[in-house]
Amino acid sequence: MRECEFFVQLCASPKAALDSAVKAGKKVIGVMPYFCPEELVYAAGMLPFGLWGAEIQASESRRYFPSFFCSILHTTLELGLRGELDALSGIMIPFSCDSLKNMGTNWRYGVKKVPVINVSYAQNRKIPAGTEFNLAQLLKIKAQLEEICGHEITNEAIAAAVKVYNENRAAVLRFSAAAAKHPELITPAERCAVLKAGYFMDRAEHTAHVNWLSDILEAAPESSREGYIALVTTGIIADSPELLKILEDNRIYITADQICHESVPCRCLTAETEDPLLALAKRTGEIEGSCVLFDPGKERGHQLVKLAQDSGADGVLWVMTKFCDPEEFDFVPVKRMLDAAGIPVLCIEVDQQTPELGQAKSAIRAFAEELRGI
Amino acid sequence: MDEKKSAKIVLRELQDKIAQDAWDAKNRGEKVGWCASNFPQEITTAMGIPVVFPENMGAAVGAKGGGRRMCEYAEGMGYSSSMCSYSRINLAYADLKKCEELEIPFPDFLLCCNNICNCMIKWYENLALELNVPLILIDIPHLDERECGPDRVKYIRAQFDDCIAKLEEITGKKMDYEKLKSVMDVSQRSSRAWLRAVGFMSETPSPFSGFDIFNNMAVACVGRGTVEAAEAFELLADEYEANAKEGKSTFKGEEKYRILFEGIACWANLSFTYKALQRRGINLTASIYGPAFSFLYSNLDELMAAYAYVPNCNCFERELEMRVDAAKTNKVDGAIFHVNRSCRNWSGALYEMERQFAAQTGVPTVSFDGDQSDPRSFSEAQYETRIAALTEIMEENKLRKEAGKNA
Repeated sequence: MRECEFFVQLCASPKAALDSAVKAGKKVIGVMPYFCPEELVYAAGMLPFGLWGAEIQASESRRYFPSFFCSILHTTLELGLRGELDALSGIMIPFSCDSLKNMGTNWRYGVKKVPVINVSYAQNRKIPAGTEFNLAQLLKIKAQLEEICGHEITNEAIAAAVKVYNENRAAVLRFSAAAAKHPELITPAERCAVLKAGYFMDRAEHTAHVNWLSDILEAAPESSREGYIALVTTGIIADSPELLKILEDNRIYITADQICHESVPCRCLTAETEDPLLALAKRTGEIEGSCVLFDPGKERGHQLVKLAQDSGADGVLWVMTKFCDPEEFDFVPVKRMLDAAGIPVLCIEVDQQTPELGQAKSAIRAFAEELRGI
Repeated sequence: MDEKKSAKIVLRELQDKIAQDAWDAKNRGEKVGWCASNFPQEITTAMGIPVVFPENMGAAVGAKGGGRRMCEYAEGMGYSSSMCSYSRINLAYADLKKCEELEIPFPDFLLCCNNICNCMIKWYENLALELNVPLILIDIPHLDERECGPDRVKYIRAQFDDCIAKLEEITGKKMDYEKLKSVMDVSQRSSRAWLRAVGFMSETPSPFSGFDIFNNMAVACVGRGTVEAAEAFELLADEYEANAKEGKSTFKGEEKYRILFEGIACWANLSFTYKALQRRGINLTASIYGPAFSFLYSNLDELMAAYAYVPNCNCFERELEMRVDAAKTNKVDGAIFHVNRSCRNWSGALYEMERQFAAQTGVPTVSFDGDQSDPRSFSEAQYETRIAALTEIMEENKLRKEAGKNA
């Protein structure tokens, strides 16, 4: 729908958004997956800028990472090595997975212009010692950000940022639910663009735009959704234009997602308390549904089953990021949980460096036909 | 009779005894755990809790030729071929409940530690679900700076204490803190003896074949808190010292070149990788496995930090320094970097490591693609070609050096 054009345009050229923010005098901090404390960047008056790779061919990055590393890291590093991210004032890189543990090193030696802010958080995240550890890391990160922005990041500013992010997360979930009722109005690609745009713009502005769109969707006449297949997506990222087009072509819509790049962080709000830093320290202990956070009972699987059941999905589409071993580990036990619940699941592998999805196209078509009972 | 046995035999027997002890305990109805190789063994040793090590199983099954079969079975379960081969072998075993190359008693609980990689967490999460047993994690976050700061020490210590409480509940055994102290002392004795033994690699020629480290390190990993291990490593160090004095070595043939071997051994191709070096007179005289299984500390807080200084947990600069120091101390002529398909943590900055290592040491380097236990990722032809190229350069360097001396 034409109301989505703003989001689609923004996602078409994140670089333009970066350059425009810098031109307007804003400092910008790159934010890599997963669960970095963007709120601190926002509280510092800087723009957090999401870095989740790009659909480009990586070549320079191969001097740093072997081929069996995911494209999110390869292509993000590639952009850095090409100088396309030189306008950043810093980049937050967490140690969430074994590949990311090396990203900071490769970036520091390859992209000298943009300083690295390491982000550590506790995997034993539900015990007080984990929160305390997280708090100590947030204080270190805050100090680094203060050095970059040149002023103190006050508690008031952090509390305000927490509120902005909470409102944004609520807006994203509201939109996701509204879009799920109108597959005739919102394509999978448009849905993705609406969510993704938040990574490249002021979150408060994004909230306003998203809520405006949700108002329109909620006011639209009810759709019968006849002839459509409803799927819940799960994985790291699902923004491949080719994939989203295949879904659209097969009249498949996304009724809810468990994608780290989309709704996973939105399901967990930060407590709005007098100590916002402590509240942020507790937050990673509360997020569920991600393969990179310690999950001994595979709560992810239970959450996914519930999401599929509650949203009335016909099945689950597992969007597997190639060479992402945390995802590969989760797949077997979580699929077993879906099987036990009688929820059909299709897994397709995506790689930002090979955007053509020939095999996936056939598999998705066959899956849709199976779900339609053809 | 024992004093007449060589350290090699003593270590092998000790390794077998540790494995048998776990089986005996299991058969007696005691609770047995599966444990990560770099988990603080002081806890289980002091509490008298038997544990076995799935990573060691992965290495042993790989070395005995079962890696491919077990990995393929795991892939049949839905696991990706790009995952760690130790984990694939072990997850296959957890499902199959049998393995012709090596079996370990099934666990009543799991002890995980991610100081070597976060892959351990995912692997053990799946085991906990598959085997329906409790999982205890000691999370040791990757170091973001050179030193393990008080924030990390405090976090690790809290988990250490928490782990003891949970194990007391699971096994019904109580921690004896006096025993813990003595285990810490014995572990220091083992670590010092292990370091003394591998330290003889600096002698020219080295009194032993560097590949011996791969055979001996299992006990350093699983048994270093026991007096038997400490004595075995002291015996090993004495033997190496005697060899050094007499100019003898376990390395077969003349030691023409000395190299650093970076990365985990290719267990499934151990013989091939060794022979390609040995027949060219290349001895491994520097490896990170020396410090990898030595944990030096003088109190509990230092113990926590020691487990954060294991290879792969350190910041890059400290990791690099360890390699450069080993190369210089042990006077290497070249280095081989194993780009291990199984280990993203180890391989992710290896190209940068190789560049900086070469720049700082001035020695030639080559890399090759391989895997710790899945032979499908190793190419004999590529390895041969790379080793031949390295040998040529080392030979040229040697001739140039000799010419310089004679000029």
